[in-house]
Amino acid sequence: MDAAITVNEVRKHYGKVQALKGLNLTIERGEFFGLLGPNGAGKSTLINIIAGLVRADAGGVAVFGHDVVRDYRHARAQLGVVPQELVFDPFFSVREVLRIQAGYFGLGKENDPWLDELIDALDLSDKANVNMRALSGGMKRRVLIAQALVHKPKVLVLDEPTAGVDVELRRTLWQFVKRLHRDGLTIVLTTHYLEEAETLCDRIAIIDHGTLIALDHKRALLEKVTGARCRLIVTLAAPLKAVPESLSGMLKQQEGVRLEFQLDKGRDPIMSVLDALRAAGGVLVDLQTEETDLEDIFVELTKRKRT
Amino acid sequence: MNLRGLSVLLYKELLRFYKVWLQTLLAPIITALLYFLVFAHALEEQVQVYSGVSYTAFLIPGLVMMSIIQNAFANSSSSLIQSKVTGNIVFVLLSPLSYLEFFLAFVLASMVRGVVVGAGVCLVAVLFVSLPIHSAMILLGFALLSSAVLGSLGIIAGIWAEKFDQLAGFQNFVVLPLSFLSGVFYSIHSLPPFWQAVSHFNPFFYMIDGFRYGFFGVSDVDPWLSFGVIAVSLCLLAAITLFLLKSGYKLRH
Ligand SMILES: Nc1ncnc2c1ncn2[C@@H]1O[C@H](COP(=O)(O)OP(=O)(O)O)[C@@H](O)[C@H]1O
Ligand SMILES: [Mg+2]
Repeated sequence: MDAAITVNEVRKHYGKVQALKGLNLTIERGEFFGLLGPNGAGKSTLINIIAGLVRADAGGVAVFGHDVVRDYRHARAQLGVVPQELVFDPFFSVREVLRIQAGYFGLGKENDPWLDELIDALDLSDKANVNMRALSGGMKRRVLIAQALVHKPKVLVLDEPTAGVDVELRRTLWQFVKRLHRDGLTIVLTTHYLEEAETLCDRIAIIDHGTLIALDHKRALLEKVTGARCRLIVTLAAPLKAVPESLSGMLKQQEGVRLEFQLDKGRDPIMSVLDALRAAGGVLVDLQTEETDLEDIFVELTKRKRT
Repeated sequence: MNLRGLSVLLYKELLRFYKVWLQTLLAPIITALLYFLVFAHALEEQVQVYSGVSYTAFLIPGLVMMSIIQNAFANSSSSLIQSKVTGNIVFVLLSPLSYLEFFLAFVLASMVRGVVVGAGVCLVAVLFVSLPIHSAMILLGFALLSSAVLGSLGIIAGIWAEKFDQLAGFQNFVVLPLSFLSGVFYSIHSLPPFWQAVSHFNPFFYMIDGFRYGFFGVSDVDPWLSFGVIAVSLCLLAAITLFLLKSGYKLRH
């Protein structure tokens, strides 16, 4: 019972598309878990299966040990989900929406102080009695988050909460979610902003084409690649006629005088790269090396899997 | 049973149509009254359906039941298709409400809408012509049962339809013709034998006929038969609806 969410061999297809191909995952209680992957990887499908919005073809998901299909009442009572789409009910005001949502969970007036707290914490006080239709996108997003929390769930799942959100709101939301995490909530955050996962999450899973391609602590995931790899960016005085044969395997990008290489530290010493460039007639103006960040791991892993 | 959850969902469904009462309550009452004025004026002199009952009086129960039928159906079906198209159906789907609670809330809201519109039509119509009441219990019974049948049918249509025009199709090609061809404007005894026989396969016929019996104490078929047909329809539709909701068909796809 220490796992907040267990995902067991979950499969889902839409017509010919295999959205999830037998996924296994365990999210521990109290974790800040990142779920990463490019668009169409299957993140939302997984979250919707956890939430009970979509039925898996095979396999099972449990929330604190409660199967999300057979024991859905208990599972859903523990789970707060912020959907990816900015959905809202145009008939009601912010406060009405929150009251109604709490009501579905069997909560009444006794829960009002908590709703006030949510309204306050998410900076919705001015808008509490405003109709949902009249709110900006960012405001609607906040209401969605409040709606996911009306019943004080133990796990909060956010599906790309910061997609298309301005920088300031993104920062406020981060603060808010971090606070919830400190208060003991298990958080599952889906994003394709790596920066977001890098700053917030303890553990990160990367999925692509419906399969799990990496799952580790953020630091370990970084070390896996940064230990061995680095990026070398070279600026030349004039563009090369041709990049030497021996370097073509390492070349990642070429924009005129700027060349970017991905090096395997053990195998490709920087000096030999520079020698080869010089031999090909290149005159060095600038040289930069960079450690890899999550972005590279992401690109690297998803690429490796595909080929 | 999550009674509070059920009552909150019911409350939300009631508010949904109450907040736009001009379209959901007043408009259908006015439509029914227009039918009433036009048909009563055109046919009053020519038609005598039951002895001692004027055509205008005969017309009212049919129009009331037709309003109940159409509005009960419209309520659950349009609420569902709206929530599906706008996506806010997820809020209910994310909650621990069971499919039975979901079903009850939607059907009850449909019944309220149907009965309120029906009562409205009735109240305005009696300004024009006085109506006997043979049995208020029978009237209420038929109104509630029939609106429940249509509320349930509305859920099925709302689950099945993916776009507004599919739902409009269902409404225009199933609900509307069946309700018009069920003896609202005539007694089926005035029809040729073939069409009389066909009418007996239309469940809406029994709703209107039984309802009319509640006013006049006369009807085309035995009111118990009508009651039985409607009760069986309700059980059948409720079973189908609950099965669909439980399976997650098109809702948790
Ligand atoms: N309702 C649906 N109908 C058909 N295909 C779908 C549906 N939902 C998702 N898919 C497909 O499943 C795959 C995974 O989608 P999704 O889970 O939304 O990815 P992500 O959230 O990672 O961007 C995609 O190829 C997508 O087109
Ligand atoms: Mg997604």
